[in-house]
Amino acid sequence: MSIQTLKGVWWKKVDPSEKVWLGIALLWCLILFAMMPLWHLKGGQNPSFETYRTTAAMFQAKVDALVQKAKVGEEKGIPVIAPDPKEDVYMLGRLWQWSPVLKLKKGQTYRLHLSSMDLVHGFSLFPLNLNFMVLPGYDYVLTITPTTSGEFYVVCNEFCGIGHHTMVGKILVE
Amino acid sequence: MAAVFRTCAHTGLKVHNQAERLIKVHAVAGVLSILFGGIAALLVLLTRWPAVHLLDPTNYYRALTFHGMNMLIFWIIFFEIAILYFAGPILLGSRVAWPRIGWVGFALMAAGSILIDVAILQGGADVMFTSYVPMRAVSHFYLGWILFAVGALLGVCNFFATLVVARAERTYEGSISLVTFGGATAAIIALVTLAHGAIIYIPTWLWSMGYVQNIDAGMYRLVFWGLGHPSQQINVTAMVAVWYLLATLTVGAIPVNEKVCRTAFLLYILFINLASAHHLLVDPQLSPAWKVWNTSYGMYLAVLASMVHGMTVPASVEVAQRRKGLSKGLFEWLAKAPWGNPSFAALVLSITLFGFMGGITGVTFGAEQVNIISHNTLRIPGHFHSTVVAGTTLAFMGLTYYVVPLIWRRAVVWPRLATFQAYAFGLGIMIFAGGMTTAGSYAVPRRHWDVQFANSIFQPPVEPAAYLFLGVMGIGGLLAVLGGALYVVITVVSVFFGKRIPDVAGAVPLAAVPQDTGKHTPISGTLVLVFVFLAAFIIYYFLNWKWLSDIWLVK
Ligand code: HEM
Ligand SMILES: [Cu+2]
Ligand SMILES: [Cu+2]
Repeated sequence: MSIQTLKGVWWKKVDPSEKVWLGIALLWCLILFAMMPLWHLKGGQNPSFETYRTTAAMFQAKVDALVQKAKVGEEKGIPVIAPDPKEDVYMLGRLWQWSPVLKLKKGQTYRLHLSSMDLVHGFSLFPLNLNFMVLPGYDYVLTITPTTSGEFYVVCNEFCGIGHHTMVGKILVE
Repeated sequence: MAAVFRTCAHTGLKVHNQAERLIKVHAVAGVLSILFGGIAALLVLLTRWPAVHLLDPTNYYRALTFHGMNMLIFWIIFFEIAILYFAGPILLGSRVAWPRIGWVGFALMAAGSILIDVAILQGGADVMFTSYVPMRAVSHFYLGWILFAVGALLGVCNFFATLVVARAERTYEGSISLVTFGGATAAIIALVTLAHGAIIYIPTWLWSMGYVQNIDAGMYRLVFWGLGHPSQQINVTAMVAVWYLLATLTVGAIPVNEKVCRTAFLLYILFINLASAHHLLVDPQLSPAWKVWNTSYGMYLAVLASMVHGMTVPASVEVAQRRKGLSKGLFEWLAKAPWGNPSFAALVLSITLFGFMGGITGVTFGAEQVNIISHNTLRIPGHFHSTVVAGTTLAFMGLTYYVVPLIWRRAVVWPRLATFQAYAFGLGIMIFAGGMTTAGSYAVPRRHWDVQFANSIFQPPVEPAAYLFLGVMGIGGLLAVLGGALYVVITVVSVFFGKRIPDVAGAVPLAAVPQDTGKHTPISGTLVLVFVFLAAFIIYYFLNWKWLSDIWLVK
């Protein structure tokens, strides 16, 4: 009876059939926890530890320098760059564009820096479904290794104003 | 002014007239909110369904902001405050400690919600209910939040004050009831949450008027989700309290062990993730170590609490049914349950969908790394429509069918339609959320006007399967909207035109609590059900790690 006040002693011993479930549920919860540190040790997909504070101007300067150095063409007015895996790669989000377009090599590892020039954006690698937040003032460094080749897109998946759904960038992997 | 009481002929409870009036106004405001939010739901649904694609972008983002605010904030919180006025004063047979403060709180909440709705409809706040800075809305949008939060805070304080008064005036003997206890845990979490709301919205309000220069986007998200996440835990806690209440009213349920149930409620307070980590798992401002710790506190004891209630609530039903003689085999108690009672249907669907869909997806997407393949895709709204809609909202709907006869003292008109309503809403949301979650696993983003990317410079190819599941979402959503509309219609018509219920015992059929036979009653049926649940959980959880391992390497 859950709506009446309780009189007398109600803290009784737990029934064995309830105890079984309590024990197994607790064990499962511990496994749920253990998976996360374990995956950091053994797994290949983990959120990065590496972030820095930055400003829109500082980050823009880095993108510009990289474009100067590694530009190989242009697509729809956005520079296409083919960066060297040894160097840091920069991509910025702004209303409502991702820039530059990246040309990467399968199996190579890149340090990809992400930041926003204005509002909060979401980096969603489409259709692979790999998602990270891109915040103004933060430089988020993802160390990525493309394991598949083809054309991939960067869809903004955090609402960033009326042009949000038009904010799509591109990453080519060969 | 002396408090005026009546004694309820059906339950024998002593009812303070102020408690009753406060319940009524909060419930009315809640039903109005779900009406507004529901209209927006239909518009948003028909826009996300590619075959229809109804609204233009501006109106879609506006309707979505309006939907989130009216549903998640207004409908749910108004109803929760109403529940507190029931679980406190009425269940303890006490007066409301501060009736005036209760009315002031209500007025603030009403004013806040009106300010916010006006701001959105004026086009001054197309920012979603999360309003992440530096995106800016008109200042009365933020002021509305502050008023609403302070109003709700007064309601919560009034509940605590009533507990003190009831104890001091000895209106009850022994320990408070399980439902009051659940209400109290929800109220404690609400205090923390509403404090966060004030902390983040006061500077943001000042910023919106130009008095504060800069608010860090990462800090805003951290503190905002300090409000947003625990407030989901209020919903869970309040929902579980309503589960116990509905189980009692519909089948005379008997908790197997009150100690277990109450300890599980306490775990919610101690282990909800105060730091709101699971919204921030792929954010740059926090380190993975912080995320892993704060999303679980090492052992996910809040998840454990839900797994315990998921067992104890059905077990309390099983015990009651078996004591009534329905004890053949594993499931006679369930097969011969009152399936035609709308509140019982709502209870069963709420528990099942919350557990199997909302709970499993929530814990899985809340694992730090699995979040990489879920964050901000349609998997997320798919998940929370199974928790706060199929779980909390449906439980509150089931409760309404008792609030109308017991508080308004009017019969529910069209009881069979009410039963249909509960099933339509529950099954509709099940199909809707299933379609949405699956579409999200093809990376379809949430809060996005254009699934086909027709207006962007690049057109990523979208899997045909994604369209299929968006269609499933659309059809399930229509059924849910029908169920939601029927809820509003049945409730409003009953309150105004329902037959008056005479004050004689038995006029409102309430389940009798079966006698304790002194013999041990088995809960074997429930145990089978919870192990089926665990198996589903394990399979879904590890499938997601498998999917995760298929994407690019990232660290
Ligand atoms: C009739 C049933 C409902 C339907 C058909 C429905 C439909 C939808 C749809 C299509 C979205 C948009 C997802 C997107 O585009 O990102 C959405 C978002 C949302 N819904 Fe519902 N909904 C319903 C009921 C509810 C209820 C009862 C609640 C809360 C208690 C709720 C809370 C939300 C929230 C918080 C969002 C997210 C808004 C945002 O992203 O800012 N919904 N809903
Ligand atoms: Cu964006
Ligand atoms: Cu965006």
